[in-house]
Amino acid sequence: MRDLKDRKELLETMMLIRAFDEKVDELYAEGTLHGTAHFYVGQEAVAVGVMAALEEGDVITGTHRGHGHAVAFGLDLERMAAELLGRASGYCHGKGGSMHIADVEAGMLGANGIVGGSMGIACGAAWAFKQRGEDHVAVCFFGDGAVQEGIFNETLNLAAVWKLPVIFVCENNQYAMSLSVKRGFAHEPLSERASGYGIAGETVDGMELDEVHRAASAAVERARSGEGPTLLEAVTYRYLGHSKSDANLYRTREEIKQWRTHDPIQRFAAKLEEEGVLEKEAWQSLNEQAKEQIEEAFAKADQEPEPDPESALEDVYA
Amino acid sequence: MPNGVPNGVREITYREAVREAMVEAMREDAEVFLMGEDVGVYGGAFGVSRGMVEEFGEGRVVDTPLAEAGFVGLGIGAALMGMRPIVEIQFSDFITHAMDQLVNQAAKLRYMFGGKARVPLVVRTPGGAGTGAAAQHSQSLEAWFIHVPGLKVVMPSTPYDAKGMLLAALDDPNPVIFYEHKLLYNRKGDVPEKAYRVPLGEARVSREGEDITLVGAGLVHRFALEAAEALSDEGVEAEVLDLRTLSPMDHEAVLRSVEKTGKLVVVEEDVKTAGWGAEVVSRVVESESFYALDRAPARVAGADTPIPYNKNLEAFIRPTPEKVVEAAHKLLDSRAGVYA
Repeated sequence: MRDLKDRKELLETMMLIRAFDEKVDELYAEGTLHGTAHFYVGQEAVAVGVMAALEEGDVITGTHRGHGHAVAFGLDLERMAAELLGRASGYCHGKGGSMHIADVEAGMLGANGIVGGSMGIACGAAWAFKQRGEDHVAVCFFGDGAVQEGIFNETLNLAAVWKLPVIFVCENNQYAMSLSVKRGFAHEPLSERASGYGIAGETVDGMELDEVHRAASAAVERARSGEGPTLLEAVTYRYLGHSKSDANLYRTREEIKQWRTHDPIQRFAAKLEEEGVLEKEAWQSLNEQAKEQIEEAFAKADQEPEPDPESALEDVYA
Repeated sequence: MPNGVPNGVREITYREAVREAMVEAMREDAEVFLMGEDVGVYGGAFGVSRGMVEEFGEGRVVDTPLAEAGFVGLGIGAALMGMRPIVEIQFSDFITHAMDQLVNQAAKLRYMFGGKARVPLVVRTPGGAGTGAAAQHSQSLEAWFIHVPGLKVVMPSTPYDAKGMLLAALDDPNPVIFYEHKLLYNRKGDVPEKAYRVPLGEARVSREGEDITLVGAGLVHRFALEAAEALSDEGVEAEVLDLRTLSPMDHEAVLRSVEKTGKLVVVEEDVKTAGWGAEVVSRVVESESFYALDRAPARVAGADTPIPYNKNLEAFIRPTPEKVVEAAHKLLDSRAGVYA
């Protein structure tokens, strides 16, 4: 698990996430990657702000838009890159790709290609902690689209009834593919649903890292002390399309531009300058370093061999 | 038969055998728990878990809200963390609520994660018709799950196998769907008191014979046995196979028997079209054993209809021992072209 106690480290991790997905976007555009991927660009403060509230032994579940959660958790960049390139050295030996990167042993219980698909899994991890008398927590990341799925209701109710140490982090990035939150819900904020389950709920600016971190820390504290789950809604925005094949027909350039003025990395960098943690304009060199790290990860991964075709038949059963 | 017969073998019901396996597993391993609708004080819709919450408490015999997707998902997550959950789906028809969790999650996590995960989850569920419960409480949907690599599907027909296979399922590092049949719960059979395992993936010859092979599983395996007795009265000795596990399927056992008899009838309760019997037949005709067949194989299956409520209608569309005998007669008729 990544150590995120240092404020500069928080900024660097957000930069790594952005550089990773911008690189992935570039590789799709040039035809190097096949399949599809979903980009986390714009949402970095959510994954990093929440991860900063966790301790060794805590676990997370991610989403189809999952590179950010994996990088924030501290997964190895080269093995992530290798997985996207479909190489044998990738986290899933080339069997999972973008939507299934996991390191179960470390506590990263997997991205998930099904919207809402990991909500039960996160509850199960929390159940195990509770049964074993361990004070760890499980964080379940999901998008606004998952709130529309049936399993959202089932798992929030189960977690509430059994006071499971789970934090439901809804990344409200305004769109479930093309369906806006305005068209998909008759009532906002989404966190208000919490009261129907008798659990804590809060909506925060998901592009303001300290806000996310504060709310996540409070939720983690509640979960660890046996007070049960929290529904934390982080209002954010995905700058890029839903996936690499999105022509953005459902929103305007103006809207995207407007959200970009609230950029979580720029805001946090400016804050660190004010605090004196970072020298003026130093963020630019940090950003360059992040990009270099990502370039290096992909370059190294690209040297790795393809998996043996026969390996496609392995690991169906344990 | 009371307790105390040699080797601690007693006659108990299928229901008691399932319960005994759960109780023994839970006494042995604190990581095993049972979760499902009304499994606590109520004892489960069919009384399988009666008395268990009194021994293990509400923390390990867990009444759930009505949330099949949620609690199957929870079971998957707990299994991923190394626990050994048993999840009960009250009627196997309700498994549809949990399809994403079983098909997209439980079955695939290990493979998608490059072999770095295990999901030792057992999903117990009563299936099958014959109870007058109509179309949404009577189905046999097991063939769906045979179509999903990563899942194991078992369907024991005797109390002995129910106990031994449930304990084996709990040892298994893979997700196992464990089909019980409502009409088997009261059936009695010899079961050792001690814990034992019946390996998954192995069929059993339940009656030896030379003239024709009858392959069944679950409740309808008994129909095959009853048909074999009726045929025996006519001087025909049928060999009966209890498949026990539908996935992975022990087709070798079927091939061995067909090599001997040259005739195959599959007896299955699910609907005929794309039922598991089709897979049994395919495996035979795709193999060298095809040349040992002297008649086309036959399937005695449920009709391609939902299960109707009326007793006579229900009986009309289900397999029966008589239908098995009839199918056997057609295969045994030496006149060419008499069977369709």
